[in-house]
Amino acid sequence: MQVPILKQGAYLIATVQSALTDEDLKQLRDTLVLQVSKVRARGVIVDVTALDVIDSFATRTLRDVAYMIRLRGAETVIVGIQPEVAFSMVKLGLTLEGVATSLDLEEGLAYLDRKAKAHQEVRAHR
Amino acid sequence: MTSKVVLVHHNTQASSTVVEHVAQGQEGLMNGTQEVAAVTQARLETTGSRLRELVAHLRHQRAQLREEWARLITEAKLLTAMTKEEIFAEATSVYDNYVEALETGTYEALQAYARNLSERIIPRGVETHEVVGIVLLLRDVLARSLFATYHEDFNKLNRILDAYEPAANRIAATVAVGFVQERERIIREQQEAIRELSTPVLQVRERLLILPIIGVIDPQRARQLTEQLLRGIRTNRAKVVVLDITGVPYIDSPVANHLVQTVEAARLLGATVIVTGLSPEIAQTLVNIGVDLGKMNTVGDLQGGIEEAERLLGYKVVLMQEPALQST
Repeated sequence: MQVPILKQGAYLIATVQSALTDEDLKQLRDTLVLQVSKVRARGVIVDVTALDVIDSFATRTLRDVAYMIRLRGAETVIVGIQPEVAFSMVKLGLTLEGVATSLDLEEGLAYLDRKAKAHQEVRAHR
Repeated sequence: MTSKVVLVHHNTQASSTVVEHVAQGQEGLMNGTQEVAAVTQARLETTGSRLRELVAHLRHQRAQLREEWARLITEAKLLTAMTKEEIFAEATSVYDNYVEALETGTYEALQAYARNLSERIIPRGVETHEVVGIVLLLRDVLARSLFATYHEDFNKLNRILDAYEPAANRIAATVAVGFVQERERIIREQQEAIRELSTPVLQVRERLLILPIIGVIDPQRARQLTEQLLRGIRTNRAKVVVLDITGVPYIDSPVANHLVQTVEAARLLGATVIVTGLSPEIAQTLVNIGVDLGKMNTVGDLQGGIEEAERLLGYKVVLMQEPALQST
């Protein structure tokens, strides 16, 4: 099952629709990391609202995506983790360290907007 | 060699004796069964008749013994939560129920009465030792009166006591157990009520929740807390949650771990948790389990926590004018 990736302004939005195999996850990672520079995106949102389970491989892949995209000059935010999923992840020690998370798509967009604004302010200051 | 022979001889003799005994015993057994049955029957009858005699005696002496009992209760400073008249009224009905249980040999009515009595007196602060104490006092009062009545005929006294003691002890146990069961039922109910009230999730501002926790957090309550907090974040679209544990005296390490995990899970939902009001003991526990302070946002008290939350949310609280409070 491929994950559709939409371009919205300066952001890329990947909405996971159903459970993903490890292959799907790798493909999502590669596509996102490739696309982010191609379309000159400033931010990436990965929406995982539809996922009932997020295992260690998924967590690691999501973290890798976030780190790789930062190295390519953009911000990533994971949105829509369900409360039960969040707690079982933490129980397994999967805390997505260093990765931004938001409640839902709207919050994720607001987060990226804030980041962009802060970035501009820093630039203006220079 | 000689001794061996003697031994064998002895053995033979012994075994033959045993066989004879067995043969005799079997015969005796047949007779014995009938005898035992007859004796039991007789004993039952006499126990019954003795109990009847006993009950008649207790009915006869009712007024006097009841008064004596009530006096002893007051003297022993039991049931201090009740007035003298109340003690006397209760003593009367306990006495009557007691005699009835002795008479009928059934304890259901007494059990029901004990439960009913417990229901009435537990809210007034009557303790277990008091209830056990008064029942034992009654037992002693009645035993004394039996001594007084039958002291001339020692054998009869003994037989009466044979009938009285097991029944009296069983009554005492019934009342005490009834009381304790009622107490436990009340405690269970209260625990249930406390659990239901235990984790309120309150919104104080747009996107700001407060969870005040009061009392000891056991594993079950910790689970409930996590569930409420994460669900609260989702339904209220909260960005910041202030978890106030001023009212929690201590936590053990599993619960402390659970708390840290809850804070991390909240972050995965995009919310920040500020923990306020950590007692020194809880701080110690958290340090002992090696908490990562980078993940845990803590502020001294609830006010500081709310101020910090407002800062994170971009609120600025400004005093518009001098407080217009009514002065008397």
